[in-house]
Amino acid sequence: MARIIVVTSGKGGVGKTTTSASFAVGLAQRGYKTVVIDFDVGLRNLDLVMGCERRVVYDFVNVINNEANLNQTLIRDKRVDNLYILPASQTRDKEALTHDGVERVLNELKQSFDYIVCDSPAGIEHGAFMAMYHADEALIVTNPEVSSVRDSDRILGILASRSRRAERGEDPVKEHLVLSRYAPERADRGDMLSVDDVLEILGISLLGVIPESQSVLQSSNAGTPIILDGDTEAGMAYSDMVARFLGEDRPHRFITAEKKGFFKRFFGN
Amino acid sequence: MGLLDYFRSTQSRRSSNSAAVAKERLQILVAHDRGSRRDGPDYLPAMKQELLDVVRKYVAIEQDQVKVHLDRDGDYEVLELNITLPDDPRPVR
Repeated sequence: MARIIVVTSGKGGVGKTTTSASFAVGLAQRGYKTVVIDFDVGLRNLDLVMGCERRVVYDFVNVINNEANLNQTLIRDKRVDNLYILPASQTRDKEALTHDGVERVLNELKQSFDYIVCDSPAGIEHGAFMAMYHADEALIVTNPEVSSVRDSDRILGILASRSRRAERGEDPVKEHLVLSRYAPERADRGDMLSVDDVLEILGISLLGVIPESQSVLQSSNAGTPIILDGDTEAGMAYSDMVARFLGEDRPHRFITAEKKGFFKRFFGN
Repeated sequence: MGLLDYFRSTQSRRSSNSAAVAKERLQILVAHDRGSRRDGPDYLPAMKQELLDVVRKYVAIEQDQVKVHLDRDGDYEVLELNITLPDDPRPVR
C-alpha cells in the first residue's frame, strides 16, 4: 500500500522544496517507486529544484480537470529510476485543487507507487491544507529560529485536528522533525536554538538534521537535488534521513561543531 | 577567528545567550497556543456570531450578551450557551 508523506512547515523559505526533492530522490534510489507532487499552485518551483522545468507539458490541475491523464503529465526523472514529478499549475486560481480532484489523483497514484511525497506550499491556506489532508506521515521542516518553530507547532495542531486521519478517528499522522539550516557552532555559542531545544519545544521525533550549507544553494542553482551530491554534508545528511525513515538505525551527524585546532583558533581560518 | 576575536567572543559567550531567551519565549508561546487550541474547535467564534444573528432577529441584544463556553471533563464535552436578555426586551421588526 502506498504511503503519502507531506513535507510541510507553515513558514516559507525553510527548505520544504529542497527537502521534498532530496527525500523523493533518496526513496527512489533505494528502489521504491516514488512520485513527488508540487502543491504550490501559482508558484511552481519543485520543477526548478528538480531540474525538469523545461519538460513540463501538463500539470496537476490539468489532471484534476481531466484535460490530461497521469501518463501524459508525470515527468520521469532522467537521473534516478523509479522517480516521477507531478508539477504544479501556474494558474492563479488557488481553488483549482478541488477536494475530490486531489483525492481522485492520489487514489490513482496509489495504484502504482510506493511513496507519494507532497510538497506543501507555505502558509495554512487551501493548497497547504490539501497537501496535508491525505497524509499518512509528515515531515515537519523547521529552522532553529523562533518564527519557524512556532509555525511548525501550529502545523502540528492542524495535522492533529483536521487531517483525514483525524477526521476519521484513525491512527494519527506520523510526525517527523527535519531540522534544516542548522549551524552547530552557533548553537554551541548560544546564538541559535539547539537540536535539543527544538525537540523539547515541539515534542516530536527527530528524523534528520540538515546543516546550513552553501552547497544547497549551488545545487538548486543547477537543478540537482543536493542528495545527489554525496560529497556535501547536506547531501549526506539527507541520505541518512532517508535511511532512518526506512527504518535503518543511523546516528545523527553534523550536529556538533567541528573542533578547531590550535592554529585555527589563534590565527583564524 | 583571530586572536582578538577569540577574546571578544569568549566575552560575548558569557554575556549573551539569545538561544536561551528564544527557548523560554517559545515555550511560553507554544503552551499558550496549545491551550487556546484546547479551548475549543475553531468553529466556535463563527457559531457564536450566527447565534447572535439569530437572536437579534427577535430581540435587540449586544455582542457581549452572548457567551459561549466549551467545557471538557473526561469524555464529556459541555457546550454552555448564555444569552442575557435585556430588562425590557424590544422586539425587532
